[in-house]
This record gives sequence, structure tokens and C-alpha cells, in this order.
Amino acid sequence: MIALHLLSAALLVAGAFFFLSGTVGLLRFPDVYTRLHAITKADNLGLGFVIAGVLVEAHSFRTMMKLVFTWALVLASSSLSSQLIAKRAFDRGAKPWSPT
Amino acid sequence: MSESAWSAWPFDATLALALPAIAWRLVAGRTLHEAIVLFVSLGLLTSIAWTRLDAIDVALVEAGLGTGVTGALLVSSLAWAETRVSSGPLPPRRPFTPWTFGLLVVSGALYLAWIVLASGDGRAGLSEQVAAAMARSGVSHPVTAVLLNFRGYDTLLETAVLLVAALGVVSLRRPSYGPARGEALPRSNVLESVVALLVPSGLLIAGYLVWAGSHAPGGAFQAGAVIAGCAVLLLLANRIRAPRLSFPTRALLSMGPALFVALAGAPLLAHESLLEYPPVSGGRSIFVLELALTGSIAVILTMFFPPLETSDGGAP
Repeated sequence: MIALHLLSAALLVAGAFFFLSGTVGLLRFPDVYTRLHAITKADNLGLGFVIAGVLVEAHSFRTMMKLVFTWALVLASSSLSSQLIAKRAFDRGAKPWSPT
Repeated sequence: MSESAWSAWPFDATLALALPAIAWRLVAGRTLHEAIVLFVSLGLLTSIAWTRLDAIDVALVEAGLGTGVTGALLVSSLAWAETRVSSGPLPPRRPFTPWTFGLLVVSGALYLAWIVLASGDGRAGLSEQVAAAMARSGVSHPVTAVLLNFRGYDTLLETAVLLVAALGVVSLRRPSYGPARGEALPRSNVLESVVALLVPSGLLIAGYLVWAGSHAPGGAFQAGAVIAGCAVLLLLANRIRAPRLSFPTRALLSMGPALFVALAGAPLLAHESLLEYPPVSGGRSIFVLELALTGSIAVILTMFFPPLETSDGGAP
């Protein structure tokens, strides 16, 4: 049991780390495209770790399925919204950043 | 309160600090865009706070209606405003406005705190009366019993208000509203494929919420909001046309309120009072009523959304 708790804690901390990295990227990156990249990639990975950490502690199969379902829905909707935001920004003429 | 309540105090404390901080930024914000984003964040955190208080029904309504549908309406109004009004920062306000507002909010919060502290052991309220009458309600979830049975007139009038609001929205529209039939509409492949994934899940969740309403958190308003969310996604992806006031739309719109009025009035014929369902059929009537209300609420909320702008999108 102790090993399971430790595994869960490690996964949750890893998830928090990726959320934090994503937030730093959102605040520090230069343009809308790189910011979207940071927030969606890092947050989806972070959410995956958090879900995995909670899965380890889940008591029933139904709870596990609900958690996995939640993750899948968030993956789908965040990839959709980031694509829509990027496309809208591109159509309105937001120039991609270049290191010159 | 669950047994983990004490170990979660850092989480609760963060939540309790974040809510007023976000509310402050919202009021003190300078652009509409910023205010809307903060409003949605505030709503999400509020629904988490309701969950922490074990008020799952309130959390669901806050997430679905207070944040989901309202947030989408605000974003769509912003898109409308951007094409017509100059979208710069808001004009500078007199500096004391946030302070006046903050003072009002703080005194309101203090008053609420005083009420809670003055009510003593926290068991004040009507929960004992509700628990005693549950057997006669026909359902096993206290919130549903209160909303659709004990205080049914409240919900009846709410659905009437929603219906009138939807009719008001429709009557303010231009007759030529929405893209003409047969007109080619822009399509997005990514949007369409994700919508094809999200909408069936949304409908499944809505169905679960109506079914769960009789014995667990859920019900017509939450389910209606989820279906309306699906409809808005379909509207955005140009998979469906905005509903016009055709006969089927009118039937759907009035189905829930009409059934509610009929059920509420039926006991009058048997010389009972208004809304006094017989104990045996109470549960069945409430479930059918919730189904009808779900349909009506979904259509009403969908009608609030303006259709996508077409080429003639000038001033009305």
C-alpha cells in the first residue's frame, strides 16, 4: 500500500511540474503560437500524470473509466481550442516569432 | 463533509484566496476580453468551491449554466461587439468605482458570515422538514424533491421566465437572420472531427444527468445546458442551422413549461391544491417532466446564440 501511495504521489508531483512548466511557457514565450504550444503540450502531459496518479488510488473500475474519459475529453477539447485560436490568430495576421 | 476534509485545507485555503483575487481583477480589469476570460476562470473555481462544500447540484449548475453557457454567450457578444465597436481598452472610470463595489461586496460577505455564525450549530434551515417529507416526494434526491415538488412553483416560474427570454431574443432578431438556405458555409475539418467526438459524449452525459436527477445530483437544467453546449458546437462547426421559429421549434420550446403547467394544474381537478402531485405517481410525473424540461431548456438556451455572421453582416 505504501508503495502505491508513493507511486501516486510521484505521479501527482510530476503532473504539477508539467503544469508549472506550461504556465511559465505561457507567460514567457514570445508569440501566440509558441505560447499555445507550451500550454497545450505541457498541460495535457501534466493532466495525464495527475490522472495516472489518481488512477492508482481509485477504488473501483467505474471511477477509473470516468477518469480516463475525462482525460480523453480534455485532450480533444484543448487540441481543438488551441488549433482554433492559432488559426484565428494566423488569419488576422499575427506573425510567427523568429529569433533574429 | 468527507474524511479528507482536514487534509485538504491548503487546497481550500488557496481556493478561498484565489476567488476574491480573481473577482477583484475582473472588476478592476481594463478590457472586455480580459474580463470575460477572468469571468470564466472565476466560474470554474466557484464550481470547484461548491464541490468542496458538498453542494454538487449547485456546482453542476454553476459549471453548466453560470460558466459554460454564460461564458459562451459573453464570448459571442464580444465577437459581435468587436466588429461594431472600437475594441480598445475601456474608457477610464472614476477611480473609486472598484472601491465602492468592493466595499459593498465585503459588507455583504460580513453580513452572510454573521448570519451563518448567528444560526448556531449549522443545522438551521429546512433540511429536517425536507428529510421528513422525502417519502411523499416520489424521488430520493432531496434537491430534486425541493425543486420539482416541494417548491415546484419556483421552478415553474423559472422555466416561464426562460421561455419569455427566448421569445424576446427571437423577436429582436432581424427577419433575414442567419445564413440563407443552401448558402455554402465555411467549414473547418479539425472543428468538425472534434465536434463529432464531443457531441455524442455530451449527449450521453446529458442523458445521464436527467436519469440521475431522481436519486443523485443532476436534473433538467444541467442536462439542458449540456445539450445546448453541444448545439452551440454544432452551430459553430456549421453542422446545423440556427433554429428558426418553425412549428417543431415552437413545440419543443413550449413542451416543458406546458407539461409543467398541466401537471401543476391537474390536482386542482381532484380538489387538491396546485402542484400537489399524488404520492404514488409523483416520481413518474417528475421524471417525464424533467425529460420535457430538458428538451425545452436546451432549445431555449440555444436560441440565445446568434448565428455566425455572413457576408451581409452589417449594422442591424
